[in-house]
Amino acid sequence: MNIVEVQQLSKAFELHILGGKLIHALQEINFSISEGEVIGLTGKSGSGKSSLMKCVYRTYLPSSGAIRYASRSGVIDLASAPDHAVIALRRSEIRYCSQFLSVIPRVSALDVVCQFIGRSDDARAQASLLLERLGLPTELWDAYPVTFSGGEQQRINVARAIIARPRLLLIDEPTASLDASTKDTVIDLIRELRRGGTSVLCISHDTYTLNRLADRCLHLEGGRLVENIAYEQLVDSES
Amino acid sequence: MSTLLEVRNLTKIYGEPGEHTLERTGPRAGTNICPDTEAIVACANVSFDLYPGEVLGIVGESGSGKSTVVKLLYFDMERTLGSAWLKPYLDGHSDILDASGQQKRYIRNYLMGMVYQNPRDGLNFRFTSGGNIAEKLIMAGHMHVGKIRERASFLLDRTEVPVRRMDDLPSSFSGGMQQRVQIAKAIANNPPLLFLDEVTTGLDVSVQARVLDLIRELQQELGIAMIVVSHDLSVIRMLTDRTLVMKHGRIVESGLTDQILQDPQHAYTQLLVSSLL
Repeated sequence: MNIVEVQQLSKAFELHILGGKLIHALQEINFSISEGEVIGLTGKSGSGKSSLMKCVYRTYLPSSGAIRYASRSGVIDLASAPDHAVIALRRSEIRYCSQFLSVIPRVSALDVVCQFIGRSDDARAQASLLLERLGLPTELWDAYPVTFSGGEQQRINVARAIIARPRLLLIDEPTASLDASTKDTVIDLIRELRRGGTSVLCISHDTYTLNRLADRCLHLEGGRLVENIAYEQLVDSES
Repeated sequence: MSTLLEVRNLTKIYGEPGEHTLERTGPRAGTNICPDTEAIVACANVSFDLYPGEVLGIVGESGSGKSTVVKLLYFDMERTLGSAWLKPYLDGHSDILDASGQQKRYIRNYLMGMVYQNPRDGLNFRFTSGGNIAEKLIMAGHMHVGKIRERASFLLDRTEVPVRRMDDLPSSFSGGMQQRVQIAKAIANNPPLLFLDEVTTGLDVSVQARVLDLIRELQQELGIAMIVVSHDLSVIRMLTDRTLVMKHGRIVESGLTDQILQDPQHAYTQLLVSSLL
């Protein structure tokens, strides 16, 4: 079953400050994600990977095309759904994990991880378990993440995104600033989610991560999808 | 999902409007003062829906009309035109802005809460902090003194105000603490709808962060729908799901908050977002 079907998706930014200049970020993208599938999104910087992910999350308003999402309560076009419907899906099914952690200042690391699931004892216990697995030193759990290193922030970010076990996870460079063993933990955690039925769209430049995680990869160039291939083929073509 | 609040064509004009006042004011005209009659259009044709548990931001520069919108909805001002329906009031069948004075007091006391920028607008400085909360509870029909005191101390604790200061006057509190007492008072009656008007403006950054976190935690815990008015895009980003952008009394753009901030469509919103530090 397909969870997401993207059809003829295009995105252009109209910059009023530059007299209405159009910047074409994505052009006529087509692909689908099935239940429990992990799709890697590859391409050079500026090729449109983040734009595509942000269109699916509706942070960017698509210019044309459709993003059909099979929610628990029926199929909905994320490209045109009313805002309140998108908000409801974000609260219950779809989670986006950006490259950089964004938090309210002076909220502890543990509470940041619990942000979307409440601060009950049970939630905190789950958060502790995750942070422990991700190897975040316990003395940092009650500290404020703003002051953390890039790798520590990334662990918080990943933990917050996966704790509620979303149906669709959109994750941008989840392993970029992590050491090898933490990277493996993140990969394991995402695999566990997939076994539970979560579908994942994952941007990464890291072949190690994609090799272990992705069922297939979409390759973007200049805002167009140039390949929709199994990961092994991508590795072959690069070598 | 049914809406909690529906607002249609909400308009507030000071002075005598002429026949073309609405056409000759607004973002296109670049003013909210009518060139014919000098009537001031504080807000006009403001329409939006709010869903239960949703947090809506209203952002815009000073004088854009954002505070006017919540003041009209909280009956602090009389609208010139427009309607609003609140689901828990007569099942949303009756325009709350048409209600009698007595009904409006009922709606305010039972179904709404308001936190003002200036604690002096939301708190009675002649009453103690506990007394302020008690006032709201009594208005909402609570009679038992012991239970009122119990609820007040629970709320103060919840908003991180030391309970031992319950019998002190707000004037002896810091600005951040006064703001937290105001929040405790505003949520005392468990309202389904809470208005927050520039609540962190004027607080220093560390206090601001604590207040923002408190608001977000309470929102999540109690599932209150909120309308957050702020000129500060960071506050809007941290608190809200959806945002209306206002300029010269009109809504120029509305959308998901992250979309407004990262993919603004309107020229004014693009300028506003690109001015963010």
